[in-house]
Amino acid sequence: MTVHQSSSPQPPLLTLRGITKSFPGVLANDHIDLDVYAGEIHALLGENGAGKSTLMKILFGFYKADAGEIHINSQRVAIHTPRDAHAHQIGMVFQDLNLIPAFSVAENIALFLPDLKQIIDPKWIDQRISEVSRQYDLQVDPQALVSHLSIGDQQKAEILKLLLSDARILILDEPTRVLAPHEIDALYRVLDNLRKDGYAIILITHKLLEVMNFADRITVLRGGKVAGSILRTEADQKKLIAMMFDKTIADVKRTVSVTAVDVSQPVLELKELSTAADGAGMELKSVSLKIHPGEIVGVAGVSGNGQKELAEMILGIEPVRSGKKVLFGEDATRFSVGEMRAKGVAFIPESPLQSAVVPWLPVLPNSILTRTGRYARRSGFSLDWAQARKDLAESYHRLGFPLPHFFAQAKSLSGGNLQRMIIAREMTFPPRLILASYLTRGLDVQSAVAARQALLEARQTGAAILFISEDLDELFTLSDRLVVLFEGRIVQEISPAETTSYEIGLLMTGAQVQA
Amino acid sequence: MTAAENTVRPSLLQNKAVRTMLRYTGMIIFALLLFGLILLLSGQDPIQSYKDIFTATFGSAYGFSEVIVAMIPMLITALAVALPSRVGLINVGGEGQLYIGAAFATWAALTFKDLPSWGLIPLMVLLAMIGGALWAFIPGYLKAIGLVNETITSLLLNSVAPKIVGFLIFGYWHSALDTVKTPNFVDAARLPAFFGTRIHLGLIFGLVLLAAFWAVMKYTRWGLEMRSIGGNAQAALRNGLPVKKYLVIVMCIGGAIAGLAGMVQVSGFYGVLLLNFSLSLGFMGFLICWLAGGEPLGILLMSFVVSVIFTGGNLLQLTRGIPFATINVLLAIALFVVLAQPTFSLTREKSK
Amino acid sequence: MTLLAILGVLSSAIFSGTSLLYATLGEIVDERAGIVNLGLEGVLLVGASTGFAVTSVTGNPYLGVLIAVLAGGLMNLILAYLVVTRKANQLASGLTLMFLGIGLSALIGKGFTGTRITGLPRFLLPGLSELPKVYTSLFKFDFLIFLVIPMAILIWWVLFRTRWGLSLRAVGENADTAYASGRNPFLIRYQALFIGGLLAGLGAAHLSIAFTMNWGEYMTGGRGFIAIALVIFSKWHPIRAIVGALLFSGAVAFQLLLQAAGVQISPFLLDMIPYIVTLIVLLIWGGTRRQSAPASLGRVYQGTE
Repeated sequence: MTVHQSSSPQPPLLTLRGITKSFPGVLANDHIDLDVYAGEIHALLGENGAGKSTLMKILFGFYKADAGEIHINSQRVAIHTPRDAHAHQIGMVFQDLNLIPAFSVAENIALFLPDLKQIIDPKWIDQRISEVSRQYDLQVDPQALVSHLSIGDQQKAEILKLLLSDARILILDEPTRVLAPHEIDALYRVLDNLRKDGYAIILITHKLLEVMNFADRITVLRGGKVAGSILRTEADQKKLIAMMFDKTIADVKRTVSVTAVDVSQPVLELKELSTAADGAGMELKSVSLKIHPGEIVGVAGVSGNGQKELAEMILGIEPVRSGKKVLFGEDATRFSVGEMRAKGVAFIPESPLQSAVVPWLPVLPNSILTRTGRYARRSGFSLDWAQARKDLAESYHRLGFPLPHFFAQAKSLSGGNLQRMIIAREMTFPPRLILASYLTRGLDVQSAVAARQALLEARQTGAAILFISEDLDELFTLSDRLVVLFEGRIVQEISPAETTSYEIGLLMTGAQVQA
Repeated sequence: MTAAENTVRPSLLQNKAVRTMLRYTGMIIFALLLFGLILLLSGQDPIQSYKDIFTATFGSAYGFSEVIVAMIPMLITALAVALPSRVGLINVGGEGQLYIGAAFATWAALTFKDLPSWGLIPLMVLLAMIGGALWAFIPGYLKAIGLVNETITSLLLNSVAPKIVGFLIFGYWHSALDTVKTPNFVDAARLPAFFGTRIHLGLIFGLVLLAAFWAVMKYTRWGLEMRSIGGNAQAALRNGLPVKKYLVIVMCIGGAIAGLAGMVQVSGFYGVLLLNFSLSLGFMGFLICWLAGGEPLGILLMSFVVSVIFTGGNLLQLTRGIPFATINVLLAIALFVVLAQPTFSLTREKSK
Repeated sequence: MTLLAILGVLSSAIFSGTSLLYATLGEIVDERAGIVNLGLEGVLLVGASTGFAVTSVTGNPYLGVLIAVLAGGLMNLILAYLVVTRKANQLASGLTLMFLGIGLSALIGKGFTGTRITGLPRFLLPGLSELPKVYTSLFKFDFLIFLVIPMAILIWWVLFRTRWGLSLRAVGENADTAYASGRNPFLIRYQALFIGGLLAGLGAAHLSIAFTMNWGEYMTGGRGFIAIALVIFSKWHPIRAIVGALLFSGAVAFQLLLQAAGVQISPFLLDMIPYIVTLIVLLIWGGTRRQSAPASLGRVYQGTE
């Protein structure tokens, strides 16, 4: 292996030009150019939805780009399957590690060895593994079953797998998301050694601190486009935040609530709540929070830092490991979802088609799934569809939404109309606590405006609202109080008037941790 | 856009159930053609064979009644699969549940010989359903707590149930003359038959259950809740439905229905409990439900079609020396044709 | 309970258990690739009837074995088509195969019920001929019996020590990962099912040509389902399956021994034991969520994008 100088005048090892990829309704990658040099750690920075994962999946052969070219060593290459990617020495470590839990480390690695003989020689494999693990300090017991390893060790196994499969370009997708601090240090030591040996490493991340400490070159993606690409020596936190969030220090207008918030009796109180980590999920660590009637509490954070767990824990799906959840003064820690809903908790989940409706049922039945009891007549033998239709239509009118086709299947609705249906459903009878998770994600402008308006009106009637969003704009506009979630912890709680989107951006990316 | 326009229902042809039925009928016909080919290859005249079957089954009132008699248990076992399928459960345990149901009913028949018919029959029905429910509780509960998949446990229990029945017959219940069956049931324990045929009250049970199933699914609160669990269990959880409770209860009800099928057979058809009386009734129910896409009308039609095939098979054996087992080939072909359609799904979600 | 009686049980168990073990090995190969073959009973029936018919017609038992083996492979290929290419539900497809097997075997075996054939010749292991006649008669085995344990070891070796076996197990654990490593899960599943079918065919051949030397409808008597239970009991491991097959088939013979010793246990209860034990064992091992079962068992592989 020849040693390359980092940031040398050599041509880039890997070049992407004009990569474009769209999915129904969203342009994930918009003419992206990228240059990756050997012997460098190249960080790909950006919020969720910026297009980082899509780009890397194209590079790894899981997706096919609609347009654009990939060049390796100045030669144009075609990558249509993971096999092609392997052939071009590209390897990827996914967020949810791609190891087989029932296999040993050695077997997992063997699966990806290009020159594995027909008859497996365990000694030869072990030898290869020890060579490389010694070289890069990736010590793992090759005979250990993956399911018995810690996440940190599993990651080591994954990297070993890549190295032994002859990859020269290593892509790591959010590698430090589930690592403990000392494991993060160990990882970066490994990456440093790899870089010195001429490997090209692409790091997908949203963590500014790590990028500033370890990357050689930084490319920021925003909204599917390249917002900027600079050397670390030219970069500072301010510049990066500005590129990631399209905000300088300017602030956005906020709407002030008309009714004063009643702080005496919180609707919901979370007292040092923790949940257990579940595989690829993020565990909540000692979260404490109060939400009052007539208040919108905005939750900012990069997706994957515990938002889903927070909403589902409050609703009652995610079990609480320690701590207390108090609803209207009552200990609701062990309440079932049904009980929470009966007390007036409404839930607008982030993927409505997967988590809120039955896709092949029409709109009208879907609209009563959360309160079938209310429309049951003759002790459940029949349902009062006429009343259901009336209530739903009234809800739509109150919200100012155009009436839906009551008999259209839920799956045939557009994203905006589906979200309207969910909102109308959850707000048919005024809820007292609304958990809104990524309310406007994927919506057209009109639908997004309508959805936000609905929340504001709910606030007027005294509802308490937990508003999870990745859009700083709307968070600042709508929230009475802002909370930042990072790695399962609340790292800041502040009024939007007293902070800036820049500061929040910093907190979201772990750059600045306050007590 | 007025509210009235929004409430127009899709036309009959657009109705998914109707389209499904048409498709499957077409496939059955195709299967019949293929089977005719097989008949030809084994040296039989397919056209004559089909004609014989037709005259035997539709040509005479008695022949037709025999078809109905064969249809009764399969109709019920198909329902035993259809109900759990609405919540996404796959009940392949019908075989075992029906044996246990039959055993419980037999116990009542042998123990309470002196009760009048209007007391004994309902008792047998009740016990059979309890027996079937108990047998289904084990796989249902294990599934609900997330321990074992209900398919594996049901299959294992399927093999255990006939042996329990055998043990009971051999050890305690067998008649003086014959060790493989119990003494004949007293008249009070037998479901009455109609019009001089062998069609017994079980038919009414089956049709009532069918209608109840259709009505519950379409009109009641529980039907909607079940369909939403089967349609999207994740959403059902978040919408506050008691999913685990439903899984266990519905599985038990499915078992109860299969148990009833067992009772109906020993009380209405045989009049005695004998070893291995089932001849794959449970599995037939599973497959009928598949062929029918879980729809009530389809179940009625398919169980009728399958019983025509079965009766035809009997006839072919008697008159042409073709083993009865051969009709399994026809069934298999029909199923094959249905399964080879990739978008077909019993529980209307991605195949497990 | 004399030594002779015990040896008698052992001999009986070996004779009856050989076909069971072959069938189990075949099902292990199928399930390790992620596919449950519920139609194993039907596969065995077709293999048994075809093998028997060919042996009866040609007088050559070896040819019969060969044809039975091929028949098993072909039956499983039908399952492969449904489950892999058409992506159909595995349970229903398996049951279809079962019905097909019941019916086809009845047709094939129609003219052969009660026919006598010269089955596979039996012989002793060298070195045992010194023993008194009464013992040697118990241990005269045909070549398929001698072959079965080496076969189990061979299957173990293929699954755990060859590249193809690794690929097969990877597909059964996580077809997406296997695909990411550059393999073709569809092709591998076809191969696994074919080999599994060949093994089942061997078991079927032994049943009709070497053991009973007879044909009757439903003669497999549920062996297919016992094999499916046995796969779970042996934790999908070919070597453990040897013990399991011996135990399961020994239960029947054991019952005779108990009767001879004056203990009266109903044969029905004894027959139940394999299934109950398997169920309990499943529960103790934490059900299908632990790594006992291949992680993707029963799942339909849809492919990417």
